[in-house]
Amino acid sequence: MNIKKVVGTLVFLVVVLAVIPWAIAKSGRWDFYYTLTSVALLSIASAGVWLTFYIGRINIGQGAYALAGGYVAAILVTKVGINFWLTIPLAGLFCAGLSVLIGLPILRLRGVYFAMVTLVLTEVMRLATLALPITNGAKGITSIPLPQELSIFGLTLIPDFGTMANPKLAFYLTAVILMILCYFVLWRIVNSRLGHLCRSLQQNEELSASIGVNTAYLRVIAYSISSFFGGIAGAMFVAISQSIYPSSFQVTDSVNFMLNCFLGGLGYVFGPMLGTLVLYFGWDLLFTTGRYQLLIYSTLLILLILMLPNGILSLGIFNRKNPRS
Amino acid sequence: MNPILVVDGVTKKYGGLTAVNNISFDVTPGEILSVIGPNGAGKSTLFKLISSFVPTTSGQVLFKGERISNLTPHVVARKGVVRTFQETTIFRSMTVRENIVVSHHLRSKASLLGFFLGTSVAREDEKTFGQSADDIIEFLGLQSIGDELASNLPQGHLRALGMAIGLATNPAVLLLDEPFAGMNHDETMHMVTLVKRLRDERNVTVLLVEHDMPAVMKISDRIVVINFGEKIAEGAPAEIQSNEKVIEAYLGSEDDAIGL
Repeated sequence: MNIKKVVGTLVFLVVVLAVIPWAIAKSGRWDFYYTLTSVALLSIASAGVWLTFYIGRINIGQGAYALAGGYVAAILVTKVGINFWLTIPLAGLFCAGLSVLIGLPILRLRGVYFAMVTLVLTEVMRLATLALPITNGAKGITSIPLPQELSIFGLTLIPDFGTMANPKLAFYLTAVILMILCYFVLWRIVNSRLGHLCRSLQQNEELSASIGVNTAYLRVIAYSISSFFGGIAGAMFVAISQSIYPSSFQVTDSVNFMLNCFLGGLGYVFGPMLGTLVLYFGWDLLFTTGRYQLLIYSTLLILLILMLPNGILSLGIFNRKNPRS
Repeated sequence: MNPILVVDGVTKKYGGLTAVNNISFDVTPGEILSVIGPNGAGKSTLFKLISSFVPTTSGQVLFKGERISNLTPHVVARKGVVRTFQETTIFRSMTVRENIVVSHHLRSKASLLGFFLGTSVAREDEKTFGQSADDIIEFLGLQSIGDELASNLPQGHLRALGMAIGLATNPAVLLLDEPFAGMNHDETMHMVTLVKRLRDERNVTVLLVEHDMPAVMKISDRIVVINFGEKIAEGAPAEIQSNEKVIEAYLGSEDDAIGL
């Protein structure tokens, strides 16, 4: 790792963990916490989608896993009474397991066929949560308590969110730390042999098999990590909104997760993070244009993808600082 | 010496069409054996059957006495039988060196999790792969293009890279798919030398499928000739050259000539 990357990482950490909270406190724009927390969580889900892109599959089904993860957390907290913090990994593992079952048959498909099936997946998940008794249908699960205290041997690791003076800041920091962990994992994957093999899959599956790579197994591994990210993002969302409905994550969200990756750059680990930020704020900024919002937004997206097919991070100014990471 | 590879009555039918019909031959360790035949004789199908990219209808392929036909390709590669492809099958957006390093997968001692965590075994592996990749690059004379993106390479180098990828897996038997296709005389001669060195210096048994006759005559210890999906001759290059059936298959029979 070179010195520029270390400095860049440190600057990033200082900005998100200290400068942004300071600026918000200074300006009194507390609503920004909610926005930035959402960006952090959505970028975790997008990171998962990015990993499926990395094995050469277009994934428009991340919304399904975010929804499933959200419901797992909600049910575990309200019906089983488990501490919220434990439900995050459990929701992730549930989604990873589910994605193995779903992935085994569908990951044999390539290109547009895989994309179409995953698109349907989001809708199937929404309908399933509407129909299943445990998810409480269209009424959803509401009044979910705020995250409780997390302690080990009497040592408090995370205080009770209910007693905090400023739970918004706490949620923001939690989401950002979760995001940093996820992107660290993603970065490690991409820069280890696992990532190299994923790249080999993306570029030529037959050749990959001929050098002895168990392609079916590797695809499922990558897809389940991807879904794990979707699951924990969904679970964290539940804690913030204290509710979940079948409509919490829809096809539009799945499409957005994919667009975030496209926009940021499929060749860069931090592409989906930047893409999420730009897309989320872009949409909000266009709010003032009223009924033309969607038209302008879509036109801009089309233009961006036409002119920058490799994403925002492929621009020269980013490349000098951060070549392919 | 026991054969390293046995092709035993292999047949492939596509619906009513028999592409490969009951072909049998043995490959001795350390030899270069070529399968030749006119266009449409079933060479490519036979090649895919041996490398298990296509399942057989009947018959079997044995490697060191173990059945390898109808397994998945990565399992066959794991056992030591590795195929190459024709030129464009490479990892296009990796450099030449990255192509070769990633192809060392079968030699990993560490698990994927080990690589993720960066254990000492994994780091040791990466070091070994890097050194071995440099060896292979030197062996094939690719030093000048090691950091070149694979998609930028000219044809001749692509073929060499394909071979490098195959070599990286440390195969006992290397199956070459038309290694001379589209090459001029000089390139072909260079490739012939390379394949011979592969056998002599790296102890790789080579089975190749090809239709460039002069090259095959130079390179092979033995030749198997197929036509219309059936084996019509087998023997040393000199025997094949004078075999009437082979001449007939390639040039047509005298009867046909009179008919014209």
